[in-house]
Formats: sequence, structure tokens, C-alpha cells
Amino acid sequence: MSQDQTTYRPEGLTANRTLLTISIILSIVMMAPVAWLVGLSIKDNKELMLGTESVFAFPYTLVNYLNILYSSQAFGWFFNSLVVAVGQTIGVLVLSSLAGYAFARLEFPFRRTIFVIVLFGLAVPEQAVIIARHQMFNWFGLHNSYLGLILPDLSSAFGVFLMTQFFRAIPREIDEAALLDNASPLRIFWKVLLPLTLPAQATLGIFTFLHAWNDYWWPLISATKKEMFTLTIGIASSQTNFAQSEGLGFLSAQAVFASLPVLIVYVIFQRHIVTAVSGGAVK
Amino acid sequence: MAESYRRSQWSNGLFVLPYLAVFLVLLVFPLVWGAWLSLHKVDLFGPGRFVGLANYGRVLADPVFLQALRNTVVFVLVSVPSLVALGLFLALALNKTTRATSFLRALFFSSSVLSVTIVTLIWRFVFIPGDGLLAVISEQLGIAPVNFLSTSGWSLFSVGVATVWWCLGLPMMLFLAALQQIPSDLYEAAALDNAGPWRVLTRVTLPSIARTIMLVTIIQIVMQFQLFGQAQLMTNGGPNGTSRPLVMYIYEVGFVRWDVGKAAAASEFLFLIILVAAMAQYLVSTRKSEVSE
Repeated sequence: MSQDQTTYRPEGLTANRTLLTISIILSIVMMAPVAWLVGLSIKDNKELMLGTESVFAFPYTLVNYLNILYSSQAFGWFFNSLVVAVGQTIGVLVLSSLAGYAFARLEFPFRRTIFVIVLFGLAVPEQAVIIARHQMFNWFGLHNSYLGLILPDLSSAFGVFLMTQFFRAIPREIDEAALLDNASPLRIFWKVLLPLTLPAQATLGIFTFLHAWNDYWWPLISATKKEMFTLTIGIASSQTNFAQSEGLGFLSAQAVFASLPVLIVYVIFQRHIVTAVSGGAVK
Repeated sequence: MAESYRRSQWSNGLFVLPYLAVFLVLLVFPLVWGAWLSLHKVDLFGPGRFVGLANYGRVLADPVFLQALRNTVVFVLVSVPSLVALGLFLALALNKTTRATSFLRALFFSSSVLSVTIVTLIWRFVFIPGDGLLAVISEQLGIAPVNFLSTSGWSLFSVGVATVWWCLGLPMMLFLAALQQIPSDLYEAAALDNAGPWRVLTRVTLPSIARTIMLVTIIQIVMQFQLFGQAQLMTNGGPNGTSRPLVMYIYEVGFVRWDVGKAAAASEFLFLIILVAAMAQYLVSTRKSEVSE
């Protein structure tokens, strides 16, 4: 440690401590609405009708969470969300891995041109295609079906872009070795390279799952029948006839219930999610 | 077989074919079809009569569209700088890896994984008159409560607060990644010059991440121009359309009033705005990689 550094450091430390203190205050402000929601969810609806300041006092109850168990609707929506999110995740992983491998490793006519066109797809916002898509799905009777909810986002170029990057990052020597054994492109893909992309599959898979689980626009216009709602749309639909019908406590419990799967995935796979989301934004 | 790996072959293209088919059918075709629809008088079942640019004229002459455009621009002008400034502040504050900072990072990012319906439910419970968290607090403090979601001026602001709360994690994470790229010898040199923290920040840190600041700003412009769910669920665009954004206009024209041609024309305007921003993003990010090479 040089003298210069010791004279510099204390100042830096106080600055850091102030910044950290402000962030802690901000985090409390940020969590206050969540705490409020959780508070509402463990209060009896009748008590809340008299005034929500009762959140700050006993008694608390889990009756709203039990009511979710009796409301078959929320579970149906949960199941729909699960089918759509898992279906879309599998679809994106298969399509993106195949295409990413070919773009990164193989030669075929128009490879560069096709890749550039696909990249251009990254710049197309959903709004620019949603009206035409809605009509197309109408022609084929795909609205209010799982397939209709899964298909649109399979066209997203993001996964292809991400997998191409990942395949490119694998050292060439690995496939050279397999080539000596006269392996076919399909064999090299399946036996040699694909196992190496597992972390990438996890990143893209979790990203796609969250994206599908939270999607709002497309399910809103495509799933118009109540039994085909995803959880996101279902929660939105019960929001519109607020307080009167089901009560603040029940709605809050439903919201906590709906966000639990996502938060659990987040806590377990935090690193993957941050990688994917940052990568997705910067492209 | 080995030669097919290096030589250009049609059969190699088969790996791309499944994705390419989906891409063409579900992205390229709707993009072209949407532009085609915008030139027609359309109902739910398909294009009717060719009307040229009439739909575009109708959109531009629609005061509701102009109001939505103005709302969206105001929303972007307020929410994007807030997101960039707050994200940058948090990244600077949490740039050291300790247990406390890792926890806080995870906390500030956690709202980003929630769906828009949960976010709006949380914030409606904060803003609703009488029963909301803010109403309860202002009652305790003896302040006259504001009806946030149905007072013009406050409604778009409330949507903005919920949006910043929801979207804060991404700018913070992108800034953190950029801060970690700054070579440590720059800081060592600054320390030798006895530079104070403010000087280090303005002379070393901020110039080193200038491109990331630009990039994050553009990304947020693209994202916030697409504002929809928060406004639709929290205020339903009200009161008197003062919080209706562009995407909600498209939604209402296309899927509530079924004036599909007009909605398609409006969505082409939005596409144009986003395309310009996306091009800017591309230019900034490619220039960045040139510098690092």
C-alpha cells in the first residue's frame, strides 16, 4: 500500500458508504408495495372492506390462499401457462440450436444472406405484425388453442442469434477431431457439440420460459375464451372487476400465487437470467 | 462425409430450414401482409377495397391518435431519463461484490421477472383511492389524498412510476457489466493523481461507459415506446385519453373497433419509430466493438 492510496481511500469509502445507504433506502421503498400486497393477501376480505389500514394489525389468515385451491379457474390458467411456456421453450431450443449450429459451423448456399435477413428480424416489433398475425390465425382457426399461443414467438430471431454465438465460441479443434472419424454433420451436432451447449440451452430456455409466462399482448387478443386464458391474462381479467366481487385479499393472494413460480425460477437461475436478459438487450 | 462439413452444400441448409420456415410464415409474411392491409379498407375477414394511403390519412387526422402519440412521447421523455439515471446510480453504488451488494442487485432486478399484470396489480393497490397504500399513508399524515389513477396529469405519472419500478433491473445490470470492463489501471492512475471520488467519476468512470449509456438509452426508448399493459390495466388510458399510449390506440382500433386497415396503418407508424431507434442501436453497438478491437 502506497501513501497516495491511503490518503485517497478514506474519501472513497465514505462516498461508497453513502451510496450504499441510499441504495438500501431505495430498496426499502421498492419493496414497500410488495410488502403491502403480501400484507393484503393475509387479511380477511371482510376486515379489509372496513379499511385497509387493518393490514398493520392482527389477526392474519391464510384463508385467501386456501380459496385459490377451491377456485378451479386459477389452477386451469396456471396449467395453460405451463403448457404454453414449456411448449414454447422446447420449440425455441430445438429451432435455435439447429439453426445456430448451421450458421456457426456449416457452409451452404446463401448462408450469409439468410443470416443477415434473420438478424433484421430482431428489429421488428410485435406491434408491426400483430394485426396480420391475428388474421392469419383466424384463417386457420388457431385462436383459443395451445398451438395458437405457442407458435408466434417461435419466430423470434433472438434464440437463433444467441445459439449462433454460443456455437461459434466452441473451439474448432473439437469438431476437427470428430471429422477424422468421418462423422456426418448431424452426428457432430448431436454427439459432439450439443452436449457442450448445455449451459447455453439453460440460459435461452429460462429466458424463453419467463418471456412466455409473462407474455400479455398476444394471449390477450388470441385467447378470448376464459378457459384458455393464461395466468397472466386471467389475473388481468379478475383485476377489472376489482374489489367488489372477490375482495382485495383474494386478488392479492392470487397475485402472490401467480408470481411464485417465476420468483422461484429467478432465485435458482439468477445468473442465467441476467446473462440472457442483458445479452438479449444488447444483441 | 467429412468434406460436406467444409464444402458448401444444400443439404447443410436443412439445419436452418425448420427455423426459416417459421420465420417466413410467422414474421416475414405478417410484416408484408400488415403493410398490405394498411392500404386497404378491411374488416375482420380479410382485405376488401384498395384505398391507397387513405388509412394513413385517417390516422393522422385522428385527434385520438395525435393525443396518444403525444402521451407516448411525454412518457418516453420522462421514463427513459429516470431509468437511465437510477440504473446508473444503482450500478455505481453496487459495483463492489460483497454479500450486501449482491443481495441488493438481486432485489432491484427481481421486479423485472414479474409479469405486467402482477406489476399493475401491485401498483393499483398502492394508488387506489381510499384503500391504497398511499391513501392510507396520506391519511395518517393528514394530507389530502390524490386520486392518482383518475386525475389527468397524475394518471400517466402513476403509470410511469410503475414502469420505472418494473424496468429498473435491466439498465442497472447493463451498467454493472460495463463498469466491470473498465481497466483498473485507469483507477490506479487516478489514485496516483490524488483525484477525489467526484473527479474519478466524471473523468474516468463516465467517459469509459459513455457508449453503454447511449446504448441503454436507446434500448429503453425502444422498450418504452411500446408501453401498453401498464396503461391499459392501471388507467385504461384515462381520464379522457390522457394516459393512452400508441400501442393501446392500435389495440383499441384493431381489436375493439375492428377497423383493421386503420390499425395496420397506425402500427406502421410505430414500426417506423422503432426501426429508426433500432438502427441507431445497431450503429452505436457496432462502433463500440470497433473500438474494443
